[in-house]
Amino acid sequence: MSERRIELEVLRYSPERDREPRFQSYTVPCLDEWVVLDALNHVKDHLDTTLSYRWSCHMAVCGSCGMMVNGEPTLACKAFVRDYPDRIRVEPLANFPIERDLVTVMDDFMEKLARVKPWLIPGEDKTLGSGEHRQTPAELKRFKQYTMCINCMLCYSACPEYGLVPEFLGPAAIALAHRYNLDSRDGGRAERQEIIARDEAVWQCSFVGACSEVCPKHVDPAGALQQVKLASTVDWYREHLLPWVKK
Amino acid sequence: MPKSNKPIVWGLFAAGGTVTAFITPVLVVLTLLAAAGHVPDLLTYDRLHAFAAHWIGKAVLFGIVFLSLWHAAHRLRITLHDFGIRGDALVAVVVYLFAAAGSVASAVTLLRI
Ligand code: FES
Repeated sequence: MSERRIELEVLRYSPERDREPRFQSYTVPCLDEWVVLDALNHVKDHLDTTLSYRWSCHMAVCGSCGMMVNGEPTLACKAFVRDYPDRIRVEPLANFPIERDLVTVMDDFMEKLARVKPWLIPGEDKTLGSGEHRQTPAELKRFKQYTMCINCMLCYSACPEYGLVPEFLGPAAIALAHRYNLDSRDGGRAERQEIIARDEAVWQCSFVGACSEVCPKHVDPAGALQQVKLASTVDWYREHLLPWVKK
Repeated sequence: MPKSNKPIVWGLFAAGGTVTAFITPVLVVLTLLAAAGHVPDLLTYDRLHAFAAHWIGKAVLFGIVFLSLWHAAHRLRITLHDFGIRGDALVAVVVYLFAAAGSVASAVTLLRI
């Protein structure tokens, strides 16, 4: 088993102690198959128990280990150390306030996520007894890609618009709204449009596309947002030019 | 906060983007061909003049020029925003005025043919 020593430069910040964030370096002997999260766990277990960071699944499904690895928003459990140089700099996700070390405050995202009602709002009144809401494979395919989102917030961290305009509803929330809007069983589109078709929502997006580049689950939020723009434009013309036509 | 009215500018921008993506490469190739002295029969001066003289031809040409200019103006507006230049209102007025001026110029030119 080959072992490689890397310098792990970790951003440290403790609100009680530090006036501003600083970097602390650890020398970590890494195995070839290690990811950055393994290196952090090594630090926590053997070198410095005070280091704080979030993680849970270690397999890119829980979405809690997002951080900046050499300046790029990345899941620490998906970033293989062998793909990086000997010096790896780890920082908390950009565009979010730091709570402590690599842990960020996610309140803004959580509030925005809830605002788009990312759940199924049944399109027809159906009692439990009358059976399932059936869906064809083709209907499923329309939105399946957008269900892959794990709320890791890498897209918010990569998005320059979110960095510039904190009110921006952001990639993941709008992509998730789109996911439910496309669902044949859902009837909540009109409600969600009131939220996502605003200036500080989908129209804040300038299609930089960084969100889709960093997305670890290939959701392609940038694509979803362009589709939302197109659908909202059709809505707009319908509402303003043909107000008598029912949706 | 109500729904946005951005669809007006974005709809034209998207249409312009589509037009630009399809037409511009063709125009570049044709211009290079013409520069090299190979003007296809279909695109001789007389034929193009006749095309631009007909009202459908005028409408098509105006549509292409207007949408492309609008697309470019809006793209520039967004790019400046992405570069961190604040003052969107001023930027918007300036770039859209350029697009409008170019469109009016092309309309005048077309109508005189
Ligand atoms: S630990 Fe769950 S996504 Fe990385």
